[in-house]
Order: sequence, then structure tokens, then C-alpha cells
Amino acid sequence: MKRNRIALASAALLVAGAMALAGCSSGSTPKPSGGSAGGDVDASAIISVNGSEPQNPLIPTNTNETGGGKILDAIFSGLIGYAADGSVFNDVAKEIKVDDPQHLTVTIREGLKFTNGEDVNADSFIKAWNYGALASNKQLSSYFFEDIEGFSYEKDSELTGLKKVDDHTFTIALNKPASDFAQRLGYSAYFPLPESAWKDLAAFGENPIGNGPYMLDGAGAWKHETGISLVKNPDYDGPRKPANGGLNIKFYASQDAAYADLTGDQLDVLDAIPDSAFATFESDLGDRAVNQPAAIFQSFTIPERLAHFSGDEGKLRRAALSMAINRDEITKVIFQGTRTPASDFTSPVIDGWSDSLKGADVLKFNEKKAKELWAEADKISPWSGSFQIAYNADGGHQAWVDATVNSIKNTLGIDASGAPYPTFKELRAKVTDRTIETAFRTGWQADYPGLYNFLGPLYATNAGSNDGDYSSPEFDKLLSEGISATDPKEANKLFQQAQEVLLQDLPATPLWYSNVVGGFGKKVSNVKFGWNSVPLYDEITKTK
Amino acid sequence: MAFYILRRILQAIPVFFGATLLIYFMVFAMPGDPIAALFGDRTPNPALIEQLRAQYHLDQPFIVQYFYYITGIFRLDFGVSFSGQPVIETLGRTFPITLRLAVMAVAIAFVLAIVIGLFSALGKGGIFDNVMLVIALIFVALPIFVLAFLAQYFLAVQLGWFRPTVGAQNDWGDLWLPAIVLGFSVYATSMRLTRSSTIDTLNQDWVRTAYSKGLPRERVIPVHVLRNSLIPMITDLGTVFGVLMVGATVTEGIFNVPGVGNTLYQAIIRGENPTVVSFVTVFVVVYVFINIVVDLIYGLLDPRIRYVSS
Repeated sequence: MKRNRIALASAALLVAGAMALAGCSSGSTPKPSGGSAGGDVDASAIISVNGSEPQNPLIPTNTNETGGGKILDAIFSGLIGYAADGSVFNDVAKEIKVDDPQHLTVTIREGLKFTNGEDVNADSFIKAWNYGALASNKQLSSYFFEDIEGFSYEKDSELTGLKKVDDHTFTIALNKPASDFAQRLGYSAYFPLPESAWKDLAAFGENPIGNGPYMLDGAGAWKHETGISLVKNPDYDGPRKPANGGLNIKFYASQDAAYADLTGDQLDVLDAIPDSAFATFESDLGDRAVNQPAAIFQSFTIPERLAHFSGDEGKLRRAALSMAINRDEITKVIFQGTRTPASDFTSPVIDGWSDSLKGADVLKFNEKKAKELWAEADKISPWSGSFQIAYNADGGHQAWVDATVNSIKNTLGIDASGAPYPTFKELRAKVTDRTIETAFRTGWQADYPGLYNFLGPLYATNAGSNDGDYSSPEFDKLLSEGISATDPKEANKLFQQAQEVLLQDLPATPLWYSNVVGGFGKKVSNVKFGWNSVPLYDEITKTK
Repeated sequence: MAFYILRRILQAIPVFFGATLLIYFMVFAMPGDPIAALFGDRTPNPALIEQLRAQYHLDQPFIVQYFYYITGIFRLDFGVSFSGQPVIETLGRTFPITLRLAVMAVAIAFVLAIVIGLFSALGKGGIFDNVMLVIALIFVALPIFVLAFLAQYFLAVQLGWFRPTVGAQNDWGDLWLPAIVLGFSVYATSMRLTRSSTIDTLNQDWVRTAYSKGLPRERVIPVHVLRNSLIPMITDLGTVFGVLMVGATVTEGIFNVPGVGNTLYQAIIRGENPTVVSFVTVFVVVYVFINIVVDLIYGLLDPRIRYVSS
């Protein structure tokens, strides 16, 4: 997942309303070619957009936050790309053939070049992936390669699953079934690297050479702490050909500053609105405001090991707590409509999302039922103590945590409160070493637009981010059946059934989906946000 | 005099070591795991975490970490951030910007404070004095971030007189808005200080003597009154500089100034020890240096003050 440096796991953005958005932008773009001055689209115009100082060198496998990810997505092209609605299209790949759930054959288009003139071939991928996976290289995104045969976290080992067939063909063998592997390949960790990168990777990270729609505006285009300028790559031959002349990515340390620049006409596109402007941005910006669901799921987790939360008692209490939360009211009042109440464990922008899963009524506010379930649990073992939700105070979570615990307090008549940790890193340390003795906030931003990505890493037995140590043989079975099914429809059906198991057990209590909130300036149009909440910069046009 | 300066500089050396040790310890003692936080809500593989910890020496005891850091400093190696940027380079880029901002703010604050303070003192109890008092009280009462947001919204976004943020263009001329805000945050105290010290001076015997000698007011006020009233102001300068450095962290955030304060804030949030310690150490060094300079200026303003080495 890409971390948002400014507000971890908070505001981000996204797509489904691509229709509403496309509607308004095409409406405001009635520009016949050669039209009146001032309304002309300038194909060489530079679009200014917000960003943040990358927290790592610009190397695809070592970038896991939005500041660097946004730049890499612009200057590299992967095997596939993602459209606004999360559907995939081939970019560098001519064809990705899924031979079976564990084997893929990738054919690359011929004649593609990096901006230094080198060919993009099978080796560009194989070497880059091997570098990203090697344990001693300590790449932050190495987990993307963990399903490939030969991968190891403990010792250096080659990805034996990658085999070059010829210059433009290679095969991928996986160490376990992953029928959605092809769908993952648009993520930045899978980008190819040119041969020249290996001579001096540190220098490359400062001045990366890619194969994407944009390239750095000369050596030293990355001005640390202030911004990076990208220009159109004239040799790019692919589906993301830019409709503008380049990007001026300005780095902001706070969303408030970026918002001031947007309203002061100093910024063309902004992909995050500060909390302070939630109530006003839609009236400030009118039809230039963007507010649509994103691939971000927010929840809180009650670990199984807490007193009163194991076995049948735990199940009853989790359901009671979930039903005691008035999600509609909190999203409306606290978030001013910038969150959408959850109805499953994924996100509305992902194919396979559902608002009618069996058992989803546990996510609906129901005072009477909540009290009944709580009383039933009390019969097993009477409740004592206080119910707390831990959160990091540096991420703007206090308001909703307070509202949530108040909702619980008022409904169930128990003592409930928020438990703030000053910083994100303190909360995560407690969660990771399992010393936290309360419930805690959790969230997930998808790496690629697939249901499995919201389920496997979080709730499978012993999965890496299974912070509540949930384990259900039934869920595991449905999940592994789903990931072995090569027909996407069949797979999604199994993933939905798996979620029905989760709705009974509530290993995490779904709260809401984040919306992507953003806005754009008067001179730009055709602004669409991708499924991952990042605007599709190549499609944006700007008038003179 | 030369001996005095030398002694003050030598005194700064233990201050430097004490400060780095203390700051390093405080950053070390901050709870939380910066490496785990690098991965966001995802829990990274334990083997990977261990390797990254070793890379930044985070697996070592405090005193070993500090030793790595302090020996690095003697090689002019201030460590690297998580992004692989040498801290010394980041410092080199950001420090001049913050310095420009602080100098402009001090200049704005002091010019205004001296002129207005002087006239308030001369017309003590009059309309001008009272109006200026009320204005000063308003500036004292306003927290700097309120002042900054108001200035940004009205002067930049609404009126368009300034750009709302600074960003990549950060030369002298681009820093007016944050400098004015920062300047006004310290203006009121300096103005009241000038006023009261001027009133004091006006009542001194030598001023009465000067007038009775028949010297014109145009000569008495600047030479006999103002010069003597400035001594407390100079002391104030040392403190104000410290206030400005702290205030700059807030102001730089709001106006997106790519300076020391902004960078330091990000580093604290991320737990990047080398960056935090190096930056704060520079603050300390600057503070010590400014105070030496201030002490030297005393002598220039008031010949009665002499530096004796005892």
C-alpha cells in the first residue's frame, strides 16, 4: 500500500464517480479547435499539481508512499496500467497469458525504449524484480515479489520463478496460486529499469530514467523539499500519451498550504483537501470540487486476545459494538460527507464490491439488537472495565473516534473512550509487537484494484498485516479457493462468501470508505481521479 | 577584547556537546518505531525490519548510536535521512531560506518597533500612544498561526497581493508575507520595550543637560535618547531570534516555506534521528553565536560597558 505522508491513511481519493466527473468536465470543455483565444487547449501547457518530498530515492521497489509513487507512475510505464474505474489495460505488455493460477507468460511490445535510448526488454523486468526482491537490498516493497518462486525474506536468493524465453518474452512461476497476479502488475514495484541503473543506483534514484509518458526535465529536475518538474516524453508510445506538456509537481508539507494555493490560482490540480476545508470546499470550488469513493477501507480491530473478546462472547460483543455505531450520522456530521458508510470489507470502486452480503446488517445502526446481543454476552461473562479505541493523534482521527465511542456509550450504556497515541509510529509499534490492550484503528489502502488485496493480507491466518491475529479455517478455505479460480467472476463470488464469514466474526469492524476529495483550477479540464485516488495526469488539458 | 571572544567561543564547545547528547537522548527516548511506521498500516516482515534497523544502527544501545553520530560529525558526516539524502546537504538547502526569513522578520519588527515605540514615548498618553497600545495588544493576543492564516486568506487568496505559499521561489522578494507575519508576532513586545526605555531615558539628567545647553530636539532625540534606549532592545534581539526560529516552524508550515522548521517537523514525525539532532544542534549553535554578537554590540552602544577578562 502507498502511504500518504501528510495524513497517513486519511484523505485520499478516487473514482467511481468517473461518470459525474467526466460529465462535468466534458461539459466545461466545449472547445472547438481553433476556438476563441483564452479557451484554446494548449497541448504544451505545464500542469501544476500537489505532491510531497519523496521519502526514499526514486527507485520503484523502494517507494511505498504517495509522494514518490506519484512521480514514478508518471515517469514509468508498467506491463499494464489501470483506468479510472480500476479496469486494466496493457501498456508495455503485448499480452499477459495466465496459463494456470501459478504460471504466467508475459510478452512485451517490441520497439519500446527508455528515455536514454535503451530497449525495454525481458531483462529490464527480470533484473529490476530480482533487485527488489533480494533480502539484502532491504527494499520497502519487496513483499510484492513474495509470491514468486525463489523469494525469501531471510536470505539472498534469486527469483527462480522468472525465466527469460527470448528478448521480449518471459515466464513467471508462483510459489502459490494467485490468479490475480496479472492484475497486480501495474503497481510501481513491478516497473522495469534500464541497464544503466545498475551502474550507480544511488545516482539513478536522484535522476531516474524511465519509459513512461513523462520524464525528468533534465538532470537535477528534482529540487529537494520544493518540487520536481516533468516534461512529456516525446518517444512514449503507449496508451497514456499526455494531453499536456508536462507536470510541475510542487511539494507541500501541509494540505492547508496546498489548498490555499488552489484557491489562490497558483495550483491546477489538488488531490487532497485539508480537514479544515471539508465543510466549505464544495461551495468554494463548485463544479471544480471532487468527492467520490476511494479504495480506502477504514475500521477498528479488537484483538481476539483481549478479555471478553474471545470465542462466542467475543462474537456477540463485536456484533453488538458494530450495531451500536451510527455510521450514517458520523460520516455526515464529522466527515461532512467525505466518507461513505461501509457495507463490506473492500471498497465500492473495486469490481466485486457488494452492499448486499449476507449478514451485512451487522453494519447497520440498530440500538435494540445491539443491546440484546450485549446482554446475551453478559450472560456468558459479565462485562467489566471500559471499551477503548486507540488511535494516533497526528492523523486527524480524534473527532471520529470520539463520535464512535460516544455512539457506543449511549447505545450500550457502557464506559467507552478513545485512547490517543501521540504519533503514528507509537501506535504502530504497540500494534506490531502485540502489546496493545485495547481496540485500535486500522485502515487499508489497496495496492491494486482487486478484492483479494483487501482480504488476504489482513485476515488470512498468519498474514503479514493480520494485526488482530484472526484465524478462521472456513475463511482461509474460501480465500484460497478464490485465489485459485482463474475466472474473475467465480473468484469474486468466493471472495464475497469469504467476507460473509468475516461479517459473522468481525475480525475488524468496518466503519466507512474514504472518499477521494480534491479540486482543480479554472484553466484545466478533463480531470479524472484514478482508482487509487491519484489523478490521471496524462489526460488533463489546460487552456492558454 | 580578542581574549573575551576566544573565551566565549571556547565556552560554546561544551554547550555543543551537551546539547547534542541531550537532544540525541530525547529523540532516542521518543516512543514508537520509526522503521515500522515506514510501512504504514501494513505490517512488514520481521526479517526486513531487522535489516533496516541494523542499517540505521537502531538496533544498538543509545551510547553506541550517539558515538556513531558524533564521530560522523567530525568527518562532517551528519548522517543520512531515510530518503538517502545527506543531512548536511538538506541543511545547506534549507538553512539559508530560514535565515533569510528570520533576518527579514527581525528587520521588519525592529524598524517598526523603534519608530513607533519612540513616537509613542514622545507623545506619552496621547492618542497615537493609546492607539498603538491597542494595536500592540491585538498582535500579542493573536497566536501566530491565526495571524498567518488570516494574512494568507485575505492578503493572498482574496486580494492577490502576495502568492499564498512560497515553495520553489524562495528568494528575498518571495518571503515578504511570511516575514511580515513572523515580524508582527514579535513586534509588540519590542515596541513596548522601546517605549518604556525611551521614557526612562527622557527623564535622565544628561537629556535635561543637553536641552539646557541649547541643543535642538532633532539632535537630542536621535543621539542622546535613542542610542541609550536601544540597549534593552539589543538584549531582546537575542531572545527574539530564538522565538523566530520556533515561530518559523509554524509559519513555514502554513506558507510552505522549504526551510529548516518545515523539514525539522517532518523529521520529528518520521523519527529520523540524524536529521532532528543535526537541525536542533544548528539551532543551538546559532543561538549561542547570536548571543555572543549581542554581547559585543553592547560595548559599541554603551562605552561604559567594557569586556574584562578575569
